[in-house]
Amino acid sequence: MPVTENWKPKIVAFCCNWCSYAGADLAGSSRLAYPADVKIIKVPCSCRVNPMFILRAFEKGADGVIMCGCHPGDCHYSTGNYYARRRMTLLFSMLDYLGVENGRTRVEWVSAAEGVKFSETMNSFVEKVRSLGPSVRLGDLRCKN
Amino acid sequence: MQELIHRAKSLLESGEVVRVLGWRKGENDWDVEPAFFATTEDLEANFIYNGFCGANLSKYMIEASKLDGKTLVFLKPCDSYSFNQLIKEHRINREKAYIIGVGCKGKLKIENIDAEGILSVDGAGYPDCSETLTVHTLYGDKEIAYKDAMLERCHVCKGKEHKIYDELLGDSIDTCDADRFAEIAKIEAMSPEEKFAFFQAELSKCIRCNACRNVCPACSCRKCVFDSTKFDSAQKANTTSFEEKMFHIIRAFHVAGRCTDCGECSRVCPQGIPLHLFNRKFIKDINSLYGEYQAGADIDAAAPLTSFRADDAEPGVGRG
Repeated sequence: MPVTENWKPKIVAFCCNWCSYAGADLAGSSRLAYPADVKIIKVPCSCRVNPMFILRAFEKGADGVIMCGCHPGDCHYSTGNYYARRRMTLLFSMLDYLGVENGRTRVEWVSAAEGVKFSETMNSFVEKVRSLGPSVRLGDLRCKN
Repeated sequence: MQELIHRAKSLLESGEVVRVLGWRKGENDWDVEPAFFATTEDLEANFIYNGFCGANLSKYMIEASKLDGKTLVFLKPCDSYSFNQLIKEHRINREKAYIIGVGCKGKLKIENIDAEGILSVDGAGYPDCSETLTVHTLYGDKEIAYKDAMLERCHVCKGKEHKIYDELLGDSIDTCDADRFAEIAKIEAMSPEEKFAFFQAELSKCIRCNACRNVCPACSCRKCVFDSTKFDSAQKANTTSFEEKMFHIIRAFHVAGRCTDCGECSRVCPQGIPLHLFNRKFIKDINSLYGEYQAGADIDAAAPLTSFRADDAEPGVGRG
């Protein structure tokens, strides 16, 4: 797919209910801007993110996937994000190994008080994915739009 | 081989075990298959242990654990890791097994011998395993080095020490002559385009026969996600190139931290896809990030994906 002037990346953000989603909320109520290319999916805990979610997001045409959760130590369920951290480290390393660039996947810890960090994170992530161009590596051929 | 049959017969006759789990002769030297033997006559006539007995018998013990009486099982050193791992996962009842650890001198892959019209192979028989194999073919004899015909996993052998056994029979020879992670490091050094092209070429060969899943000792869930009709991946006719990639990524992820690197997936793949490259990548990452871990070596060790440390590496560390 040729990269045109008007091309906009599709970004999927998995945000945990307790910290990051509230952080996104705060960013909104503080009137901080972040690109509309980011589609947020609320999950109960970052630990809920199944590796299949990430792969399906890429399959359905996402150009980048970011997972946000509570800071390590602050998980609402005590330890969920520690497990999620190990899983995502391994999964993203595997995706890199298969040729999906590092820059398309990211994990950030955003607390409910960090509206500024949320907006900065999303801005920099979208910028990064924009520089990488459309993701073609894992897209399903049937899902072209 | 005779001493294995002899020992199995005496255990059967004494009533210590009620069945034997071993390898059954095929039509040729190389098409041996895992099998249960219930009688001494059957053992005498059909049991075999030769260079082509690469099959890991651990997984069959899941079913055997549900049957009455003890089962005699033969385990090669690498199979004993899988057996241990299955005990750890409570899939096998140790009390139901009588384990004879058999020696291993490296197992062979018939595809590596690849001579036209093979009639038989000399030198693959145990215990007379030799330096060279003589392949009798329709067009005369051919000699090849034993090492050249070995399975990939035997070149990166984990060692010839049995991790669990009741008794040991037979000698082993160390066959390790390569670095286990050399291939992984080579792929890691490629550019994203090259990596993708490499895996695309390999995985597009996949016919979704599920042989890798069915043979894998770690893939022992009663219900497999890939049998769910809710996913396209269960319907092979619909499978797209993405589903093939997803199948292999998810399968490797599901066994990450539990895979003993027994190499059965690569051995059984009818398309010759190097499936161990996925599992070994996870093992390499786990070793470097969370400390050396060999699944199946120690039943009490904490598994890497069901434990954590507060100061684990961040997924963002060192990324572009």
